[in-house]
Amino acid sequence: MVSDPLLSILSRNARVSLESLADQTSLSVEEVAAKIAGYEKDGTILGFQTVVDEEKAGSVDVSALIEVRLTPERGGGFDRLAHRIAKFDQVVSCWLMSGGYDLAVLVQGADLRQVAQFVSQKLSTLDGVLSTATHFKLKSYKEAGFEAHQETGDTRLPVTP
Amino acid sequence: MSQNELSPSVVAEHIQNIPRSGIRDFFELVQGREGVISLGVGEPDFRTPWHIREAAIYSLEKGQTSYTSNLGMPSLRKSIRKYVKSFFDVDYNDANEILVTVGVSEAIDIALRALINPGDEVIYHEPCYVSYHPSIAMVHGVPVPVKTYFEDGFSLRAEEIEKALTPKTKVLMLNFPTNPTGAVLDEGEMRKIAKLCIERNLVVITDEIYSELRYDGVRHRSIAAEPGMKGRTVLLHGFSKAFAMTGFRLGYACAPTFLIEAMMKVHQYGALCAPITSQAAAVEALENGAPAVEEMRLAYDRRRKFMVKSLNGMGLPTADPGGGFYVFPDIRATGLTSKEFATQLLEAENVAAVPGTAFGLAGEGFLRCCYATSFDELREAIVRIERFLNSLGVGKG
Ligand SMILES: Cc1ncc(COP(=O)(O)O)c(C=O)c1O
Repeated sequence: MVSDPLLSILSRNARVSLESLADQTSLSVEEVAAKIAGYEKDGTILGFQTVVDEEKAGSVDVSALIEVRLTPERGGGFDRLAHRIAKFDQVVSCWLMSGGYDLAVLVQGADLRQVAQFVSQKLSTLDGVLSTATHFKLKSYKEAGFEAHQETGDTRLPVTP
Repeated sequence: MSQNELSPSVVAEHIQNIPRSGIRDFFELVQGREGVISLGVGEPDFRTPWHIREAAIYSLEKGQTSYTSNLGMPSLRKSIRKYVKSFFDVDYNDANEILVTVGVSEAIDIALRALINPGDEVIYHEPCYVSYHPSIAMVHGVPVPVKTYFEDGFSLRAEEIEKALTPKTKVLMLNFPTNPTGAVLDEGEMRKIAKLCIERNLVVITDEIYSELRYDGVRHRSIAAEPGMKGRTVLLHGFSKAFAMTGFRLGYACAPTFLIEAMMKVHQYGALCAPITSQAAAVEALENGAPAVEEMRLAYDRRRKFMVKSLNGMGLPTADPGGGFYVFPDIRATGLTSKEFATQLLEAENVAAVPGTAFGLAGEGFLRCCYATSFDELREAIVRIERFLNSLGVGKG
């Protein structure tokens, strides 16, 4: 959980109006706008996105989680190589991991071949990449905190003690 | 045709004498209307946190479908002991000083049944939760309401209790934070009240169901933790509010052994035990629920500040509630009664808020607005209430 309530509200719903954010945080609209601008400028806020149920939206894209093992470098560890991998457009997320491999790379492509090509031609050919293991995603149950399966609406009675 | 038809007069007189609930009257007005924003709901808008629901499902999967000990599952009583000790600073023995009940509702009923002889007087503060007066009447006790005041933020003055004392006074019922006002008890008055109870040998039943929902960095304090009070206090708490578990119907009472024994007698014949699935969920809630409670509390707090500021801003004086999820704005400047205001607001603007009189005569001139509703709805409700006030010619807009 982040400490600034403004960020915790926005992380759940980025479309809340400035007026509502102001009401929720007891700040003025101007103060809220300035805070958000500040967070965007210093990179605390990386961006705003819409979380889409890809299946419902009719997307045929494929995604894969790739386990990558790397040779660490003197001085920089894994950072230089990780940044280099993260820069590819196909990479949606890229994390340094503990355990049996070093990087988890989430990759998206138009079809299986595109993803396979990215792995064989871009990723595994990099100096320092020791091995890759590719796992294709079959179905999504939850994305960025949102369940694909929605719960029933409010079951409360309109007036209760 | 039978000669011996029953007439409504067969209903026991003391039950006949209980008036219709103001909440129910108002519910019937609201029911079936489209597009209502309801500030009339006395329960959280959050779902029970998933890990707690999951514990209930797991318990069912394992086949836990039996009765439990009358007092409640030993593991739950252990968890309650630990939780109550750290939260309220009072240590109750889980073997004989804790009883698990079907909500605080049942706990109130059995505490009164265990204590009251016909004619005994029970003092409680108004405006208050709707069940207090009828619960006292149902055990043939005499309900003695004392007033709390807007000027005090609806905290209770010890002197009001003193004025109401008679030789027949046996029990004092307290509820802080209060439904419907959100009031918390001033600590100085709490000490005076405790002293009074000891001097006059009163039993205190304290319903602290909203105690996790305290704001402004103030830690909740129970009268049970005052020196000399544990031995004469029945502390009631439950899972409905802070853990958003209303439908699980689970609460508990902590009290001296002889009182728990007496309440147990009533409970074992009236309810046998609380539902085992809910008890399993409750263990999870107490052991691992704190982060979810805190997240909900922070959300309520944001709404509370918004409601207090908005209502005061539009000309409805509203005390800053130190707890719970209710605000209790003063609508006297409109010249309307609570019931008129609530009914006209519903008809003109489709906003439902309960007339203060549903919570006792002391609620006349006020309106209970529950803010356990999404922020978007609250903002829209405020726009509508302000428009309604302007239409009456008393708004500030
Ligand atoms: C003050 C107070 N006590 C008791 C209850 C009933 O709680 P439970 O759901 O535990 O029976 C409520 C519910 O609204 C309440 O506001």
